This record gives sequence, structure tokens and C-alpha cells, in this order.
Amino acid sequence: MARISQTIDVARAQILVTLKPSLLDSAGRTVAGSLQNLGFTEVSEVRVGKLIEIELAEYSEARVKEMCEKLLANPVIERFEIKEIV
Amino acid sequence: MGIDAAYVWHEETSLKGFDGVFVPGGFSYGDYLRCGAMASRSNVMQEVVRFAAEGGPVLGACNGFQILCEAGLLPGALLLNEQQKFVCRDVFLKTETRRSAWTAEAADIVRIPIAHGEGRYVVEPDDLKRMEDRAQIAFRYVNASGAFDADSNPNGSVDGIAGVLNEAGNVLGLMPHPERATRSILGGTDGIGILKGFQLVMAK
Repeated sequence: MARISQTIDVARAQILVTLKPSLLDSAGRTVAGSLQNLGFTEVSEVRVGKLIEIELAEYSEARVKEMCEKLLANPVIERFEIKEIV
Repeated sequence: MGIDAAYVWHEETSLKGFDGVFVPGGFSYGDYLRCGAMASRSNVMQEVVRFAAEGGPVLGACNGFQILCEAGLLPGALLLNEQQKFVCRDVFLKTETRRSAWTAEAADIVRIPIAHGEGRYVVEPDDLKRMEDRAQIAFRYVNASGAFDADSNPNGSVDGIAGVLNEAGNVLGLMPHPERATRSILGGTDGIGILKGFQLVMAK
């Protein structure tokens, strides 16, 4: 299977979804506590986000943006950044 | 309660013959991405959005509330509980408005169970102000005597909000489970006052 995917041209998009900075990230807070507990006392805050990778027949930023707006991110609570992987 | 109910599969594209919709709790599509996100884009939810726009009564509890927010029928969203724990216990709600069928016959102080890990209601401050002006806050978490205090807010919801209405008042979403508070043998019957909203709308 690996050989097949190497011979076919696929585009890839990477989407980073993060909670708006104004919102309390309770998962991040728990991770921060755990890191501090491990001795990483320099840690003051952790924010946990999501990385979504998509394989596409062709890359179009406008189309990926539409995917984010329609499903992958919720504008009420999240922000997103789109990157093409080349 | 004398209401005929039938399950509607998520692939359905019509709600013909139905007078009301209850979007129940549980989990949907693994709650991947965000709770309720994928379910809110299912075929039947497109129809629920249309049904609600025409004034049809729609009630969503727990995951159903998350789905209604994700579908854009209600403002705001629900995040991981502030204390990161799944909470399963009875809570008390204060009924904040009587303007909707869902709240018209609810008790002043409602005793009702919750069971969720992601019930922290959040909304932008400007939107919250607008919701307050339009009496869209249906229920707030309170203590047994009806007073607001930090201990009675089980998930860190903004302003202790447990349930919200859309502007028209025909759509209610709440994290607690009215359907689990309909028999005294199961711990309480305060959910009936909320579910009566279906009957009030149909009687019109």
C-alpha cells in the first residue's frame, strides 16, 4: 500500500484547531499541573489543541477553509490555521 | 404522560407527522472532533433545523443540547467540565423565565439529574448580554434553597447556566435530564414539568 500512495500524487492539508484564548482550557490546566508535578516548574500554562491532517486530490485553501467552517472547527469556541503540506 | 413517541433514524430526511422533537442524550458519532459536532450535520438534523425555524417545539438534553448548539439552533457551546470530571448526580435548577412552553409549568426549583463530562456552557459576553435581554436563559444551577453559589455549579458554566432557549422560545437545550426525572421510584418527577412543553404546544 505504501508503494501505491507514493506513486499517486496527493495533496495534504494540515489544520491546527485551538480553543479561543479567552476560554478556560481545563484539559490544558490538568496537563500543566502534571508537568509541574514532574518537576517542570517553569511551566505556567498549557493549551491543548487538535491537529487534523487531510489527504486531498488537490489542494485548495478556500475549500479547506470551508471544511473548517462547516465541520472541523466551531467558531464559537475555536480558531483554526490551515497549512498545505508539500 | 400520554405522548406518543417514535425513534427517528439519523438518515431520515423527513419529520412528517411529528408535532415535536426530543434530541436525547448519550453520545453520538463517538463525540469525535467536538461533542455533537458530527450528529448536528446528519440528515435528520437538517430537517430538525427546518422544523425549528417553522416554530416546531424542539427539546435537547445533554448530548442533545450539545447537538442543538452545534447545529446553530442555540447560541454558545459546551466544553469539558471545569474540574475535568464526569459528574453524575442530582442538581437543583432555578427556572429563570416562564415565556416558553418548556418553562411555563416547570417548578420554581427543579430537582433533576445530570450525567456529563462536557457540560460547561460558554458564550461570548456580548451574546450573553443579548440572551439575558431576550430572556433566553431558561435554567441556572442553584443550591437546594434556590440560591446561587459556586458549589452548586457542577461544571463551571458561565453564570451557572444549565439551559438556554432560542430567541423564539420554541427550542430548549439543557444539560440535565428531564426524561430521567419522571417517576418518584427513580428519584423524582420534576422533569415532567419541562416535558409538558410538548403537550402545551400541541394543545394550541
